Amino acid sequence: MLLPRNLKALCRLWVADRFMAELLQFVISGLTVGAVYALVALGFTLIYNATDVVNFAQGEFVMIGGMVSAFAYAAGVPLMFAAMLAIIVAIIVGLILYRFGIEPARGASSVVLIIITIGASIAMRGLAALVFDKQFHKLPAFSGEAAIRVLDASIVPQALWVLGGALVIVAALWLFLTRTLFGKAVLATAANRMAAQLVGVNTSFVMSFSFAASAAIGAIAGVLVTPITFTSYDVGTALALKGFAAAVLGGMGNPLGAVAGGLIIGLLEALGAGYVSSSYKDAIAFMVLIGVLMLMPGGLFGKAHTERV
Amino acid sequence: MTGVRCFVKSSLAVLALPVLMAGTALAQGTVKIGALLAVTGPAAFLGEPEEKTLKMYVEELNAKGGVNGQKIELVIYDDGGDASKTRTFAQRLVEEDKVVAILGPSTSGPTMAISQVVEDAGIPLISFGGAAVIVQPMKKFVFKTPHSDRMACEKVFEDMKKKKLTKAGLITGTDAFGKSIREGCIAAAPTYGVEIVGDETYNPTDKDMTPQLTNLKNKAGIQAIMSGSFGAPAAIVTKNVKQVGVTVPFYQNHGVASKSWIDLSGDAAEGVLLPAAAVLVADKLADSDPQKKVALAYKTTYEKATGKPISTFGGHAYDGLMILVEAMQRAKTSDPKKVRDEIEKTKGFIGTAGIFNMTDKDHMGLDLAAFKMVTVKGGNWQLAE
Repeated sequence: MLLPRNLKALCRLWVADRFMAELLQFVISGLTVGAVYALVALGFTLIYNATDVVNFAQGEFVMIGGMVSAFAYAAGVPLMFAAMLAIIVAIIVGLILYRFGIEPARGASSVVLIIITIGASIAMRGLAALVFDKQFHKLPAFSGEAAIRVLDASIVPQALWVLGGALVIVAALWLFLTRTLFGKAVLATAANRMAAQLVGVNTSFVMSFSFAASAAIGAIAGVLVTPITFTSYDVGTALALKGFAAAVLGGMGNPLGAVAGGLIIGLLEALGAGYVSSSYKDAIAFMVLIGVLMLMPGGLFGKAHTERV
Repeated sequence: MTGVRCFVKSSLAVLALPVLMAGTALAQGTVKIGALLAVTGPAAFLGEPEEKTLKMYVEELNAKGGVNGQKIELVIYDDGGDASKTRTFAQRLVEEDKVVAILGPSTSGPTMAISQVVEDAGIPLISFGGAAVIVQPMKKFVFKTPHSDRMACEKVFEDMKKKKLTKAGLITGTDAFGKSIREGCIAAAPTYGVEIVGDETYNPTDKDMTPQLTNLKNKAGIQAIMSGSFGAPAAIVTKNVKQVGVTVPFYQNHGVASKSWIDLSGDAAEGVLLPAAAVLVADKLADSDPQKKVALAYKTTYEKATGKPISTFGGHAYDGLMILVEAMQRAKTSDPKKVRDEIEKTKGFIGTAGIFNMTDKDHMGLDLAAFKMVTVKGGNWQLAE
């Protein structure tokens, strides 16, 4: 009499266990991919705040991070220095983009500026294909490839690096913006460029800084994620689209929203692929995006929109 | 005696010289062959080795005197893997360059886009695209050299049958190649008594396929997983398979048959099974294998000239060029229609992809024997049979 009941309980436990393991696997997958979207979205947000420009070359910073570090590493540079080199190169490219692409056209409408960034992204992709090549490249995982098993779900250590890296960047950015004078100058420029200028903030410097910081964040994301996803000259386009969607979902211009938006889109994709259908997973993510924007046009964390006059 | 023979020989040679020269003059210098290749763009990993191969071997053929006494002039256009671009270039090859035959395109979509152009113009096309639909239903002037994607499934299922595995899970990309291999597998499965118990897909730009693979892994009774993909996603799938702890045999397909897939996948590639052309394991073939000589010669020539490891893709270009040149030699002319007839009569041509036997019903001419089951061991290709 006792045995069947025990069996049933065991069976239920096993089903619950497997369900948990599956769920955990999906969530880990979603968070890892989402963390990358979040970092790209964060880059969008920084530049958008300081300059009102939606920088569609943001994905290319991720590409530069991955490609430069992969090539430097393949040439024998230690991983740490290869990563730093990649970040420096991305910062330089970001500054060049601002100085020669955005600044000269500062009076132009935001549509024009957006088109400039799209042009820049195409140019960067073409240059990368020439400077590097058109093959896929990889970096070794920072702390080995062996998967860690948690409750029958498995995590590659690199995923923890991606998540941890994203967390550190977000925390550092938050501290910088709220606790330092220069950070406050960035926020002031974001709030009202003219007023900031009048109280003595060097807004032009703040704007170049925002491009440099976005480029650096993108490059770090590129370095962190390349061991998992590989990199090639054209990985930026898809990332920029997803990152932009994440930024819009979270509320354009809100750093916290950007991070939340990225993680939500990543999770929706993974859960959609796992529980609904892998064919429709992108559709699910974007349908949620459309739904949210219809109900809350400013995004999840966006302020109620006020027209600037 | 030898003196006399020598004298006779040299005088014959002197006599023959003007005749030979007249022959070349009559043949009017060059014969133009067109090539449409995806040298750039997402399919560049196909187009690049194909372009190198064609250039290399045309040069070699010309050094040996060309074909039928005419030098070959290769006209290559880079179609970027784009169907509409390919169509424009195909028109140009036909109308302006007036080529006698076209090699390529590298992929299936563009091939389908231009097959009507060559049919109307009446010039033979030897495609390097994989999809079976290129030659089924048959078109009069269209041929292809790579194995069809459905054959990859058949070879895998044949291997599964041998191992008494009957329940397979599929994971394929949503790109043209992935779709075509998915349809091929689903159609071929019943013939081999294989049941498809899981059918997952992913987007070619996806970065993580663990959710799909977790689902496959947890499908009741699953005995093998087959992946239909190429490029970076194929390597991501390979790594993810290892990551989620799949214990059943894992099959890839011929789309990953290049060293770069092994490099990207690292340890995860070890032990993965896939059907591929013999050229990949040229140096490991048995000496009695009729393909060994051709495969090894191609491998050495290519690797020496480019300094890069071979893929099977450049081999398709080699096969296409050589089938065309031999057909021209048999036809003793470069008249497109006669060359077409001769291509169709290709029998027992030993290429890098296998032994070609074309007929008026089969414009590919390869059977399953052309595929070898290979695996990866210590970062290198190895015969699995």
